[in-house]
Amino acid sequence: MIGFAFRRLLQAGAVMFVVALISFSLFRHVGDPVNQMVGVETSTEQREALREQLGLNDPMPLQFVRFLGNAARFDFGTSYQFRQPVADLFAKRIPATLELAFTSALLALAVGVPMGVYAGLRRETVLARLFLSLSLVGISLPTFFLGMLLIYIFAVSLQWLPSFGRGDVVDLGGWWTTGFLTVSGLKALVLPAITLALYQMTLIMRLVRAEILEVVRADFIRFARARGLPDRLVYFRHALKNTLVPVVTITGLQLGSIIAFATITETVFQWPGMGLLFLQAVQNVDIPIMAAYLMLTGLLFVTINFIVDILYFLIDPRLRASA
Amino acid sequence: MNMPAARAWLTRLLDSDLCYDFCRSPVAIAAAVLVLLFVLGALLAPLIAPQNPFDLAEISILDSRLPPVWMEGGDPRFVLGTDDQGRDILSAILYGLRISLGVGITAVLAAACIGISLGLVAGYLGDRIDAILMRIADVQLTFPAILIALLIDGAANGLFGRLDREVFAFWILVSALALSFWVQYARTVRGATMVERNKDYVLSARIMGLPARLILMRHILPNVLGPVLVIATINLAVAIVTEATLSFLGVGMPPTQPSLGTLIASGNDFLYGGEWWIALFPGAALAILVLAVNLLGDFLRDALNPKLR
Repeated sequence: MIGFAFRRLLQAGAVMFVVALISFSLFRHVGDPVNQMVGVETSTEQREALREQLGLNDPMPLQFVRFLGNAARFDFGTSYQFRQPVADLFAKRIPATLELAFTSALLALAVGVPMGVYAGLRRETVLARLFLSLSLVGISLPTFFLGMLLIYIFAVSLQWLPSFGRGDVVDLGGWWTTGFLTVSGLKALVLPAITLALYQMTLIMRLVRAEILEVVRADFIRFARARGLPDRLVYFRHALKNTLVPVVTITGLQLGSIIAFATITETVFQWPGMGLLFLQAVQNVDIPIMAAYLMLTGLLFVTINFIVDILYFLIDPRLRASA
Repeated sequence: MNMPAARAWLTRLLDSDLCYDFCRSPVAIAAAVLVLLFVLGALLAPLIAPQNPFDLAEISILDSRLPPVWMEGGDPRFVLGTDDQGRDILSAILYGLRISLGVGITAVLAAACIGISLGLVAGYLGDRIDAILMRIADVQLTFPAILIALLIDGAANGLFGRLDREVFAFWILVSALALSFWVQYARTVRGATMVERNKDYVLSARIMGLPARLILMRHILPNVLGPVLVIATINLAVAIVTEATLSFLGVGMPPTQPSLGTLIASGNDFLYGGEWWIALFPGAALAILVLAVNLLGDFLRDALNPKLR
């Protein structure tokens, strides 16, 4: 177990190193940091002084080490567009993104798993076929277009729900803001959460269905039936449990992509999260924010992968034997 | 290809299991017909579109924001209505399809070329090259493709000026997409190549002294193409959606050469005023196109999967 975890940790470290290298070269080579920071009227001497002060004349490896050191302390410099420290900008927006992402992930699981189980067990029924057709529509409908449809139906035509923003938020302890505690906050969450969840939901449904189809053919299910166990026990104790390994993996990995896809949903709904911040940075070539976002999501993905690997190990005893 | 060879190839195609399955699947046929219609619409846009939306002489601001023909105030000249500049939505969609499909297909081809060649080399030679390539693939697979495409796009925007960006938008998008999709192909082809490498026909080709390049291209490549076809079809749907998404987010095709995504983005501003047709018709076209391609991909995957037989 320890050896397995340690190997995975080493791999994670290697991935993070590469991500850091990419973010650094992005920061260093795309556009000139000095030009972005000063006005047109700054003289060459002043620019050179700033360059020296920022350490841009030092050898590259030294700059990279300094970049790593700063990144470890979440210091990514100053945003070109907002003239504020990048870390502060992110700190303000992380709660919004995480609340949206977790709500969507829960929604996707809560709806996707039962639908998948049903479609797998009763594959010939009309409802199961309907689920399958709907899932294909769900996969084909682009996230941003789904968001627009929902806005048009529920915000513009029916005027039930707000079309943008996060509603009223409550400040918790000065470092976290939550929209869960106010009515307008919850109302504002509905449409973005559905938009973000639909794709994952269809993915989870199709996956659970495929796994169930595979598992019910297995010998141990036949054996369980032969023992005279009731259907309920056969399906939920034996079948569902054995489909969980890939479901846990994919859901875990999808949590990362939910946060990435949140960029799109946040843009459609003007949700004040870090995805929106990143997108504005891409549009305005605000490299410090792009570099910071890359590092943050990189860390997130690597952590998620690591946890998923460990979970895998705990759920599936076969892996323990081989490792 | 000479005539008898072409005829033999056609007979083989008509005799194949794939063709048999295809003729028995109404969904697959419907999807194929839809895709064909979209491709034809895109190719023939200059001939069949009621209007050239880029020709300023043909559009008039007086026709702006007209609703579709069946609604009150609709104009029979503009079946699906017009946008804020008086452009016919139907024509804009047809011309937008050209760009959407163009970017999607080019990107998938490029990704497939990169992925297949790297996968073949990695799978056949193994060792060092294999290890390096698969580590790169691992790092890249940690991130969703859309994020990588966004980053490449963002970096390209930083490297080019605003004017150049418009000129190169198509190629920036294609490379962003290709660079984020190649991994899938490389992994699949590598796996398949490692299986094929040890088979007798490869061995005999090697004993005959054929160079590795020929063995890979002539003997191994045709045997690993099946799964690639499936990936490429599903990938095309993903590429089209990703391109539309990037354009919607304002980092893809500029409004001067609108793809479906750009059209939807510009229509988004009018959604709140109740002028839904400007955004929703291009959106519906996009969704139907992607659905049809996905259905085809699903069919191919099931038909080519020996497990399900």
